[in-house]
Amino acid sequence: MKKIYSKIESIVGNVITVRATGVRYGELAQIETGFGTSLAEVNRLDGDMVSLQVFIGGRGISTDNNVMFLGHTMRVSFSDDILGRVFTGSAAPRDNGPALLQHMIPIGGPSVNPARRIIPRRMIRTGIPMIDLFNSLVVSQKLPIFSIYGEPYNQLLARIAMQAEVDVIVFGGMGLKFDDYLFFKNTLETGAAFHKSVMFIHTAADPTVECLMIPDMALAVAEQFALQNKDVLVLLNDMTSFADAMKEIAISQEQVPSNRGYPGDLYSQLAARYEKAVDFETAGSITVLGVTTMPGDDVTHPIPDNTGYITEGQYYLRGGRIDPFGSLSRLKQQVNGKTRKDHRALMDAMIRLYSSYKETMEKKSMGFHMSSWDEKLLIYGEHFEREMMDLSVNIALEEALDLGWWILAKCFTKDESGLRTELINEFWPA
Amino acid sequence: MGKTTGKVAAVNGNMVVVEFDGAVMMNEVAYIETEGKRLKSEIIRIRGNRCSMQVFEITTGIMVGDNVDFTGEMLAIEVGPGLLAQIYDGLQNPLPRLAEKCGFFLERGEYLEPLPRDQKWDFTPKVAIGAEVSGGDAVGSVPEGIFDHLIMVPFHLTRTYTVKSIASEGAYTNQEVIAVLVDGKGDEYDIFLSFTWPVKRAVMSYEERLLPYEPMVTQYRIIDTFFSVAKGGTFCVPGPFGAGKTVIQQTISQNADVDIVIFAACGERAGEVVETLKEFPQLIDPATGRSLMERTIIICNTSSMPVAAREASLYTAVTIAEYYRQMGLHVLLLADSTSRWAQALREMSGRLEEIPGEEAFPAYLESTIAGFYERAGLVRMKNGSEGSVTIGGTVSPAGGNLEEPVTQATLKVVGAFHGLSRERSAARKYPAIHPLDSWTKYQGIIAKDQVDYAMGFLVRGTEIEQMMRVVGEEGTGLSDFIIYLKGNFVDAVYMQQDTYEAADKSVKPERQKHVLDLVISVLRANLDFDDMEEARSWFATLGRMVIDYNYTPWQSKECRALEKQILDVIEAKI
Repeated sequence: MKKIYSKIESIVGNVITVRATGVRYGELAQIETGFGTSLAEVNRLDGDMVSLQVFIGGRGISTDNNVMFLGHTMRVSFSDDILGRVFTGSAAPRDNGPALLQHMIPIGGPSVNPARRIIPRRMIRTGIPMIDLFNSLVVSQKLPIFSIYGEPYNQLLARIAMQAEVDVIVFGGMGLKFDDYLFFKNTLETGAAFHKSVMFIHTAADPTVECLMIPDMALAVAEQFALQNKDVLVLLNDMTSFADAMKEIAISQEQVPSNRGYPGDLYSQLAARYEKAVDFETAGSITVLGVTTMPGDDVTHPIPDNTGYITEGQYYLRGGRIDPFGSLSRLKQQVNGKTRKDHRALMDAMIRLYSSYKETMEKKSMGFHMSSWDEKLLIYGEHFEREMMDLSVNIALEEALDLGWWILAKCFTKDESGLRTELINEFWPA
Repeated sequence: MGKTTGKVAAVNGNMVVVEFDGAVMMNEVAYIETEGKRLKSEIIRIRGNRCSMQVFEITTGIMVGDNVDFTGEMLAIEVGPGLLAQIYDGLQNPLPRLAEKCGFFLERGEYLEPLPRDQKWDFTPKVAIGAEVSGGDAVGSVPEGIFDHLIMVPFHLTRTYTVKSIASEGAYTNQEVIAVLVDGKGDEYDIFLSFTWPVKRAVMSYEERLLPYEPMVTQYRIIDTFFSVAKGGTFCVPGPFGAGKTVIQQTISQNADVDIVIFAACGERAGEVVETLKEFPQLIDPATGRSLMERTIIICNTSSMPVAAREASLYTAVTIAEYYRQMGLHVLLLADSTSRWAQALREMSGRLEEIPGEEAFPAYLESTIAGFYERAGLVRMKNGSEGSVTIGGTVSPAGGNLEEPVTQATLKVVGAFHGLSRERSAARKYPAIHPLDSWTKYQGIIAKDQVDYAMGFLVRGTEIEQMMRVVGEEGTGLSDFIIYLKGNFVDAVYMQQDTYEAADKSVKPERQKHVLDLVISVLRANLDFDDMEEARSWFATLGRMVIDYNYTPWQSKECRALEKQILDVIEAKI
């Protein structure tokens, strides 16, 4: 028997309060408004005053609306039936399929015991040389794409999703433009990956509170798949919207802001999500790839800054390409020693030369004299940018390595490449 | 005094307000009983009959009216034989045993005994019946790994006691009484192999604190020679993400010449702890020939574990450090990262609705950080032996900006500052400790005048480099250009070090002195060049040779041969 409360004491922003007893912290309630029913989550208890965060927001809520507590926390349905489906931030279907109410699992569960993690050792191949060759993506890695608005991060994320060899793709969309949501949905459908995907979508027009639920739902589902021995790729796009939603709600609840209005627990909140990435000792894995748009291209902004401290590297998207200098995969050392023996050496040599090319470009722009070495570097840089860095390049790692040797041989003599003689003898194209 | 009882009155995030009946103590531990679980919490504010508690677990499911069980004790840990090689969370829960019990996830409300109850230890008494002892005095010892683990009178027994009985040589568990003490009033105290000590109280059972004097060798050239750390001293390593803080800490934890290393992973990535966790048991400590894990204790409260326990974890770590120090051992505590710990303080302060200080950190941030670092020190025990706790903390400044409150509060109280710079890490100059920003107050392994002489070239060289950016190489004199090259040479062959090269990863003081002599002989030399191009290429060749020389095993045949070649090259140019 569930009690119904029909007197709302206060409505501030998205938060309402009612007088009730026997309510648990984090419990869900259902509120009937003139515009339909909405979920609400208990986020503060003080005596018999219960504060609830209303998913659809405070607008249009009347003080005499009915509130009914459901006796459980936020849950999401989990079974193979969710594959190929799209849900909202309230876990309601966004497609035309039926609501799923079986096998409900709680979201935001406890973290994994570090003693049960293993050192990651499997590479995820993406077909993008700037990733596979220079900053390999590793199973269980958590990695954001740092980008400014206007860069093709959606296309990059979609390509990685389509080409990565994983069992399940969980897509968490936060603050997405509706067009972008359709872009991802269509890409997954046309790429025949939809049947192994599940999407949790919050669009920019949806209520803010629902945005906060997206990562937890996506990761809870991913965790269950991983426990069933599946390799899961979770795409979170865009984590900046998530952090901004947190800011909005923290401020409306009168929390003391710490840095540029963001709540003091921004780091812990982001970490709680990203740290769900895991390779289980005796089961599957979760790899998290996020997008962090950087307001004003400022990497010291609290969101990219805190993210950088949490994640295992980042891909910097700049000028439509993955920038080899800002980008870093902290786990690449775990895998790139086992691919092909020229992998590491070629990676270092090509980056070193590309960095020299950048210096030469700077010298050239200042009008300094170009030596014959400078001329070689200029040719090299052009090849490198066109044939390696361009995002449309789609080749396997081995092909990319061969291509690397081919570019070097085209531009430099064997000595100038700075590579070990032993490798040159084996790989230098005739 | 009857037992205090309480009921939950309010919940806000990880803070719970409790209405109690009776007496409570600041920092007392209480358990909230909810949904069949007991959630550990600590009292952090008392007002009238309501107290605010920080909960060390996720608070979901707590209800107004839930029972609260007060323990009457402050947050404490158990110390005794069996701590070494353990992996604990911030509240001293043994993580591997927790995994055996609960599986993949850290279930809340599960607390296991920190030290195994059934393990037997071979006890040897060190005192006779009738002897007079007080807190910190050894009554016996048990072997623990390579150490003689002293069984001490608990530190809270501060008066003088007479030994009434003492166990004879034999094997005991930490549940068995091994001695009985009696005080002047005739009250008796049972002594066990282990006891508890509140983490937020520094252990003071020693004769006096001394000025740290002996360098703690890390086998990083730039640290030991230029920015040394003394045993019993403190140092901090601030740097932006990706600058290599964690690699430096992991390398130091392997190489430092101390007896015991405590690694506190505080609010950082779980993946990094896993590397330590899985690799340390395989690594052999060259000093003892045993696994490195046998001298290591890991306290691990990674970023996704509850925040309140993160705050406790550094205190847990430093308390264990002090306990081993009392045995006359040298202990190094590495805390990665103190910024995450400060953020935990900030989160709690926000929940308490305290008036915020800079960047919303609480006003007591500085004194809390100072209080933590001040628990480091070199001390002389009552029996004359010396023990030390050295604390090294990483700082993760927001946006890499060292002006922020945590870095500044830390700089105020540490003895050495190893500032990492993104500029150096981007240029792949590792360790990315910036030689011009960093400083130390401790004497290193090499005489000060030599160090200053070498550093002089770096300072002058950097000035010249900046000038050259304006006037170009054409506008720079040859003699200035040579100073610039010499400065670069010191940096490239001495300050930088390759952690992935076996011989270069750890450099013994003997070799450091030898190589520095060689470097200084180049700096002192009056080199004769025709033009800048010749000077540049000569230094490039020499630099490459010295780096190759650094990569050869010390005093091996190749090493000697390369040294001979290097000396010839230098000789030819003077």
